[in-house]
Amino acid sequence: MAAIELRNIVKVFSDKRRGRDLLTLDNINLDIEANDFVCLLGPSGCGKSTLLNIIAGFEQATSGRTLVDGKQVERPGSDRGVVFQQPTLMPWLTAIDNIAFHLKLKGVAKAERYDRAMEFIDLVGLRGFEHHHPSEMSGGMNQRVGIARALLMNPSVILMDEPFAALDAQTKLEMQEELVAIWQKRRCTIVFVTHSVDEALVLGNKIVVMTKRPGRIREAVDFDLPRPRDITSPEFNDAKRHVLALIREESTRLAQAS
Amino acid sequence: MTSVTDAAPPRPAFRLTRAFHGIERLIVPALLIAGWEAFARSGMLPPALLPAPSAVLHALGDWVFGFDETTQTYSGHWLRDALASALRVFGGFALASLLGILAGVAIGWSRLFEKTLEPTLQMLRPIPPVSWIPLAIIWFGIADKPAIFLVFLGAFFPVLMNSIHGVKTVDHNLVRAGAMMGANQRQMLTDIVLPAALPSIFAGLRIAVGSAWMLTVTAEMVAVKSGLGYVLWDSYYFLRYDIVLAAMISIGLLGYLSDLGLKAIMARTLRWQQTTTVQGRAG
Ligand SMILES: Nc1ncnc2c1ncn2[C@@H]1O[C@H](COP(=O)(O)OP(=O)(O)O)[C@@H](O)[C@H]1O
Ligand SMILES: [Mg+2]
Repeated sequence: MAAIELRNIVKVFSDKRRGRDLLTLDNINLDIEANDFVCLLGPSGCGKSTLLNIIAGFEQATSGRTLVDGKQVERPGSDRGVVFQQPTLMPWLTAIDNIAFHLKLKGVAKAERYDRAMEFIDLVGLRGFEHHHPSEMSGGMNQRVGIARALLMNPSVILMDEPFAALDAQTKLEMQEELVAIWQKRRCTIVFVTHSVDEALVLGNKIVVMTKRPGRIREAVDFDLPRPRDITSPEFNDAKRHVLALIREESTRLAQAS
Repeated sequence: MTSVTDAAPPRPAFRLTRAFHGIERLIVPALLIAGWEAFARSGMLPPALLPAPSAVLHALGDWVFGFDETTQTYSGHWLRDALASALRVFGGFALASLLGILAGVAIGWSRLFEKTLEPTLQMLRPIPPVSWIPLAIIWFGIADKPAIFLVFLGAFFPVLMNSIHGVKTVDHNLVRAGAMMGANQRQMLTDIVLPAALPSIFAGLRIAVGSAWMLTVTAEMVAVKSGLGYVLWDSYYFLRYDIVLAAMISIGLLGYLSDLGLKAIMARTLRWQQTTTVQGRAG
C-alpha cells in the first residue's frame, strides 16, 4: 500500500465573478510510496498548491479519492505535517512554543512540551533562539521553525508548498541540504512543491512533472542520483535535459493551442 | 576638494541644536500660557470671564488640597470628585469591553451571530450616545446608573467594531496551520483567533477609553450630581470660570493617564509584536 494514493482527482473552481468554471486539476492519478521524497514540479498556476491542499485536507476535490495510509482524507490533521510557503507561525509565540504548539493542543504539560521540542530545535539548528519570537528572526530561521513544527507531530507525510521560494539563494541552498539530511535521518515521506527544475532535481528521488490548463501529470520520473548531488555532473545534466524537454514540449503545445 | 567633504560640521552649532531639541516642545505651550496670563491681567476682559492661568492653578490647588477655600464647597474635594468620575468611566468601560469583545468575536467568528446579531447592533451604532440621555434618566433616575449606561454606549461600539475586524482579518493560513496541528473549534478560537485579533481589540479599547471620559463628563452635566463634570457645570452657573478650567484640565489629565495605563497593558500583552509595530508606530 502506498503512503499517498490519488485516484482520479478532479478539481473545478467556479469563478463566480466571470460566471464560468475553471478546470484546475484534470484526473490526477498518483501513488507515493512511504519514505519517498517526491517533488511536484510545474509552472505557476498549474494546480500544484491545489493538489497539495487536497492532500492536506484544506480543500476538497470535486471528485476522486485521496488516501493517506489507506484512509480517506476528509479534513486537515496532524498525520499530515504542512510547511507553508510563508512560515505561518503564531507571531505571539516563541520559536519553542510554536514548535510545541501541537503538544499544547493535546494538553501536554509545559515541561514535557519543551523537553520534546528541544530535540527539534537542535535538529533544525536553532539552539539559542528557542525563546525568540518570529518577528525577531530571519525568514530562513522562521521557515526552520515551520519545518520543526511539522516534524514534531511525527506525521506519516510532510507536505511542503514552495517553502524556500521567498529565501535568498544562499539560505535556500543551506536549507535544501539540511532538508535532505533530515529526510535521510528520519526516513519520512515528503511531497515538495516547486516550480524550479534545479530545486526538484537536487531534492527529489521522484519528480512529478505537471502541465498547465488543465493541470495534469505529464510524467513521473524516478531519479536516483546519489547524494549529495553534484549539479554539474553529466548525470544531473542528463536528467535536467529530460525534464526541461518535457516542460518545453508543453509550452509549445500551449503556444500552438492559443 | 577633500577638505570640503571631510570637514565636520562646526561643533558649537551642533550642540546648540541638541540643546534646542529638548525644550522645543515646551516653547509653544509656554508662549500660549504667558500670552494668556498677560492678556488676562491687562484688564481688557473682566477677570471673572477669563481667569488667568495663575488663578486657574490657584483654584485647582485649593480644590485638591483645600488651603484657602477659594473653591468654596469643593475645597479639598478633588479626590472625591475625580474618583466619582473615574469609577463611572471604569464601570461603563469594563462592561463595554467585556460585552464588546464577546459580541465582536462571536460576530466575527460565526455566520449565525453575524446574521442574527450584527444588523441590529449596526442600526443602533449611528445613534449618538448623548441622545439616549432622556431615556437613561427615565429608566435609571439621577445617579450612577444613567452615567454608566451612557459610558457603556460610547465605549461599546469601538470595541465591538475592532473586535469584529480583528477576528475577520485573522490570517487564513494561521487557521489552516492550527487545523493541521489538530486544533478543535474551541482551541481554534482561544489559541489562535483570539490572540491574533488582540492588536485590533486593543486599538478598539483605546478609542473606547477616550469615549468613556467624554460621556462620563456629559452625563455628569445633566444626569448626575457628582463628579468632575458636575463640578464643571455647577461652577458655570456660579460664573466660576477658574473652576471650570480647573475641571477641564483635570479631565484632560485623567483621560490622558487612562490611555497611558491602557498603553502600558497593551505593550506588556503584545510584547511579541513590539519589535515590529508597537514601538515603531504607537511610540
Ligand atoms: N480558491 C480558488 N478559487 C478560484 N480559483 C482558484 C483558487 N485557488 C486556485 N485557483 C486557480 O487554480 C489554478 C491553480 O492554482 P494553484 O494551485 O495555486 O497553482 P500553483 O500552486 O501551481 O501555482 C490557478 O489558475 C488559480 O487561479
Ligand atoms: Mg502555489
